[in-house]
Amino acid sequence: MSAISEPQAEGFRLSQLIYDTRYRSITIQTVALILIVAGVWWLVSNTIQNLEALGRDFDFGFLGQPAGYDINQLLIEYDSQSTHGRAAVVGILNTLLVAFIGCITATVIGTIAGVLRLSKNWIVARLVAVYVEGFRNVPLLLWIVLIFAIVSESTPHPRDFAGGEASMLFNSIAITRQGTWTPAPVWGDGSLALVIIFILSIVAIIGFRMFARRRQEATGEILPVLWISLGLLILPSLIAYFILGGPVTLDYPETGRFRFEGGLLVRNSLIALWLALSLYTGSFIAENVRGGILAVSGGQTEAASALGLRPGRTMNLVVLPQAMRVIVPPLISQYLNLTKNSSLAIAVGYMDARATLGGITINQTGRELEGMLLLGLFYLIVSLAIASVGNFYNASVKLKER
Amino acid sequence: MSETGHQHALSYVRADMLPQQEPPVSHSGPIKWVRENLLSSPLNVILTVISLYVLYAVLSGLIPWFFNSVWDARSLNECREVFLATGATGGGGACWAVLQERGIQLIYGFYPADLYWRPNLTFILFFVAVAPILYSDRLPSQMLWFTALYPFLMPWLLWGGSFWVPILVIAGLVVGYLAWMVGSRIGGSILGGIAGIVFAILWWLFAVPTLNDSIHRVVGNMRVDQVVAESTARLETLGPELTGLETRRESVRDEIAELEAIKAQAFAPIEEAVEIARETAELAFYEEEGVDPETDQIGPGLRERAEEEGQHAASAAARDPALNTVRATFLNAVDGLTEMRNEVNEISSQINIMQSERSDTEALLLNIEQLPDRLEEIERLQESATTPGAISELESVQDVVSQTYTEMGRIGLTPVESREFGGFMLALIIGLSGIILSLPLGILLALGRQSDLFLINKVSVAFIELIRGVPLIVWLFTAQLLLNYFLPPGSNFDLLLRVIIMVTLFASAYIAEVVRGGLAALAKGQYEAADALGLDYAKSMRLIVLPQALKISIPGIVNTFIGLFKDTTLVVFIGLLDPIGLSNSIRSSTDWNGIYWELFAFIGLLFFACCFSMGRYSLSLEKKLNREHR
Amino acid sequence: MTAIDTDTSANIDRSAMKISDEVAIEVTGMNKWFGSFHVLRDINLTVYRGERIVICGPSGSGKSTMIRCINRLEEHQQGKIIVDGTELSSDIKNIDKIRSEVGMCFQHFNLFPHLTILENCTLAPMWVRKTPKREAEQTAMHYLEKVKIPDQANKYPGQLSGGQQQRVAIARSLCMKPRIMLFDEPTSALDPEMIKEVLDTMIELAEEGMTMLCVTHEMGFAQAVANRVIFMDQGQIVEQNEPKEFFNNPQSDRTKLFLSQILGH
Repeated sequence: MSAISEPQAEGFRLSQLIYDTRYRSITIQTVALILIVAGVWWLVSNTIQNLEALGRDFDFGFLGQPAGYDINQLLIEYDSQSTHGRAAVVGILNTLLVAFIGCITATVIGTIAGVLRLSKNWIVARLVAVYVEGFRNVPLLLWIVLIFAIVSESTPHPRDFAGGEASMLFNSIAITRQGTWTPAPVWGDGSLALVIIFILSIVAIIGFRMFARRRQEATGEILPVLWISLGLLILPSLIAYFILGGPVTLDYPETGRFRFEGGLLVRNSLIALWLALSLYTGSFIAENVRGGILAVSGGQTEAASALGLRPGRTMNLVVLPQAMRVIVPPLISQYLNLTKNSSLAIAVGYMDARATLGGITINQTGRELEGMLLLGLFYLIVSLAIASVGNFYNASVKLKER
Repeated sequence: MSETGHQHALSYVRADMLPQQEPPVSHSGPIKWVRENLLSSPLNVILTVISLYVLYAVLSGLIPWFFNSVWDARSLNECREVFLATGATGGGGACWAVLQERGIQLIYGFYPADLYWRPNLTFILFFVAVAPILYSDRLPSQMLWFTALYPFLMPWLLWGGSFWVPILVIAGLVVGYLAWMVGSRIGGSILGGIAGIVFAILWWLFAVPTLNDSIHRVVGNMRVDQVVAESTARLETLGPELTGLETRRESVRDEIAELEAIKAQAFAPIEEAVEIARETAELAFYEEEGVDPETDQIGPGLRERAEEEGQHAASAAARDPALNTVRATFLNAVDGLTEMRNEVNEISSQINIMQSERSDTEALLLNIEQLPDRLEEIERLQESATTPGAISELESVQDVVSQTYTEMGRIGLTPVESREFGGFMLALIIGLSGIILSLPLGILLALGRQSDLFLINKVSVAFIELIRGVPLIVWLFTAQLLLNYFLPPGSNFDLLLRVIIMVTLFASAYIAEVVRGGLAALAKGQYEAADALGLDYAKSMRLIVLPQALKISIPGIVNTFIGLFKDTTLVVFIGLLDPIGLSNSIRSSTDWNGIYWELFAFIGLLFFACCFSMGRYSLSLEKKLNREHR
Repeated sequence: MTAIDTDTSANIDRSAMKISDEVAIEVTGMNKWFGSFHVLRDINLTVYRGERIVICGPSGSGKSTMIRCINRLEEHQQGKIIVDGTELSSDIKNIDKIRSEVGMCFQHFNLFPHLTILENCTLAPMWVRKTPKREAEQTAMHYLEKVKIPDQANKYPGQLSGGQQQRVAIARSLCMKPRIMLFDEPTSALDPEMIKEVLDTMIELAEEGMTMLCVTHEMGFAQAVANRVIFMDQGQIVEQNEPKEFFNNPQSDRTKLFLSQILGH
């Protein structure tokens, strides 16, 4: 608007700060900056005053002090003599563990449910709809508590196994009210070689897929990629396993007097949290998947059919690539929700980051401010990391349009 | 058509039109439906079979549990006794009796029973308030005035207090508006906006408490004789009423004791018969299997079957016609006892209400009596108060005096304290106030995020991402543990209010994203048209952009509310009594120790009903908006 | 609505438009229901190789459904459809065979938005005909040149105008080298100025002797190119004739009414 007035050599008037579009935005931002700084200063000075009144300081030194409490699920070494910092790391790893396995199962459940809800099979579609609506519309916390109650109230006590009142599944898995004992893998001599062979076969699969693609481009021949990949995935490792004489064995849980000896104990807190998170988030993912498939218009499938493509190929080449663009962004935000919701671990006493860093550590050291700050920072970093993956994907698949 | 080298019979005219025909049988009717919908391919056949099995497995467990239930009992144990006496198959079903006693608590928490009308009215008025927004095409726009008043009316109805408190608060808006008018006359729209906000905040922070106190003093002084007379009269009637109630309670308790004895007497023979039948059947079973339960190791499968046999025999024994009379006596006793228990509970709650009324009235009378002395003391202290001890003494006396005046001068609703709030009411209050209060902030944040101004944009983005990146539970703990650090020393207010503030901040970030979606969905032409009409930013937003963007955002806002409503259950972790918290406290009482599924089912169904219906509504609204948009 | 003026129709080269005695499509006694609605009633139609048939009729008269039955996008419930000597049944092999013989263009083009124009054209040849990539691309470029948009090959469908998209759709079908082409209202979703470019492409196809079944309301196209016009109403063939006879001397009252509505104003 003021393009013509540019060369005018008028002196600067104070009213320009408000009425001139060139300075107006600066004025507004300056005012905003002053308000924000004042607000932050107010909060900080209050905090300092309050801390002083309580005789406290702001110090992260407590992270180096011995924690003095036990954690019942460990992914890294830890005992009650370890530091609060290490306890926090144990908790963070536990959060990441349940978030990770939760995301995987939620995706599987959600994808299956989303596809089945579109099934022409009336009864399956209705049943899945009941699942989806049932889980979506009831608080997650209720599901966690309910599932925890189911797994710990309606399962036998470990001592019942010794008394013969309960028996193990396949003689190797014991579901009890304390947790589920499963066989634990024991990595013997030669297991490294096995792992290497397994990794090599995955590399081989990738290589084979590239080869198959080149081959198709050159000669038109279409190789049975899926079957050969599956074969490559399983066969070499299987053969190696027998040649090496079974380097990886399983340590089966055995009934003791009150609990089990050996094996791996998966606590009910983890199981309940994991199941509830997967089923709850799965119901949301199911809706995303359904929406994504519906978003690909029927015309696309028809056009592919009219060109002679079989339904399987149509799915792979036409429908899925388009549906993924619609599904993935909300899927990522569901992963984000699941990770944040894993903090409901508090309901079942699962030792996640909130329970160690934001719970017992705070209670023992009285460092509420520092502990909550670190906890918030952890969640923020994880959220931003997940969100940036999502943004990267969105940018890379964005449809080109005029 | 020279190129037509041959003569096919090309021309054809239909003489009679064919009528519509029914499809052949194989292509219609239930057979076709089943074939197409259930058995169209081998995979579908498998899926159908699996789903039928799942359906059977779930329903065969759930339906008997649901209908084989007991409504009249005083504890989980009594439920079990009834199951045993009636020979319920499979060990009985649901014990809904817990809902008869505690259902109302799950809904209202510990809100005084005689004041239930207030949350009910609040809830009904909420619909009146949102109706003109949701049905803007059918209702007069004047109703929007009530919508604007509702946020001020709601806390008054729920928490109580004098009727002028909400009016004083609303007056803050008028003050802000006047300051804005004056400010923009003098210094333009920016100065006007700042002046409006600053004056409104000053009004709320300083003028409202002072004015409120003075009005209470004036009214209190006017009513002092009346209050004293009324209170004394009330105290006189309260005493006898209380004694009457207590005697009645005692008599009902005596009746209960009598009936207990009858119940026990009737139950004993039934229990004995059932136990004998069970044991005999189990022993007979073991004998048939050729094992001795005393000495042999018994496998779990065998034990289970033996128990099943025993259960069968027990059920049969309980239903023995010979026991008909005692069973009827027993069941009658249980019914009667439940009724009496309810009566006792009701009397007790009345007694509680009256007792607290009595102690409140007595305290008030005492305070009124001491009022002149205290006023003198204040004067004396004000002259000489220099030491910290004297200052704090002065403050405490002032507090008592102003409380006395508040009591005396209150014309309005009985106050209810936050800690008495609970159950679904609490979840609704937190959810609704969170959404209502977060709307203005959310809209500002959305506009900030859309803004070209670098600083404002970045601050909005940072705030939104910070809130959304951290779980609600961490924010709630922040409200519980840390909020006091951030506020001026000495400020302390109740937990529910802190939670509502935190939830408001939390929801505002989500609302901001929803509104941003609405702003983005708006055609660019709308912005340009507003600019072209010569409207400034504030006007174009207020008159053109926001009304449309908010309308598009309503489904998103409803969905955010659903999410928030479900998330309110998290307040249990900071000690508020939401439905889940109440279910824990019910479970920890001796009567209902070990009751899980009935409470979960009730809470789950209530949440489901609310969330599902709102979700459907938002879905239909979305479809309607999509249709209109095209 | 007649986008082809007499000028253009005079220039149409009819030398290659030979109709042989060989039967391309034979439909006998076909009936179809949607639920309990009788959408196609006793359809009998024989199409000879090289014929250009225009099908018209009011909306809901079943014309689209009929041609969609010919490549099994819709399943018919009674009667017989034989395409190139192969009878349509639920046998997948037959369906595959017929679909690779019959090309189809849709009202809304249905290009694959996630693939470039070239990839749209090579997808089916590579995955159905198992053509090597280079060969498929050469064929695709050949047909893209034919529809006069070879320079757009590496763009995405969303970057093209409606008329260009429909021409790509035609090229995409041609890449499968079909012997019969079905057109389902190919111009009705287009702006008027784009209709001509698509019709020109279709005329060119006709000049090369392609067997074509075309559902359209472009009566100018019908007069200029078709050797037969079929009028459908209420799911049945009401009248068919050579274009001249059909337009100048309609027999049935329904045909007259329809023609007066579409041409009369």
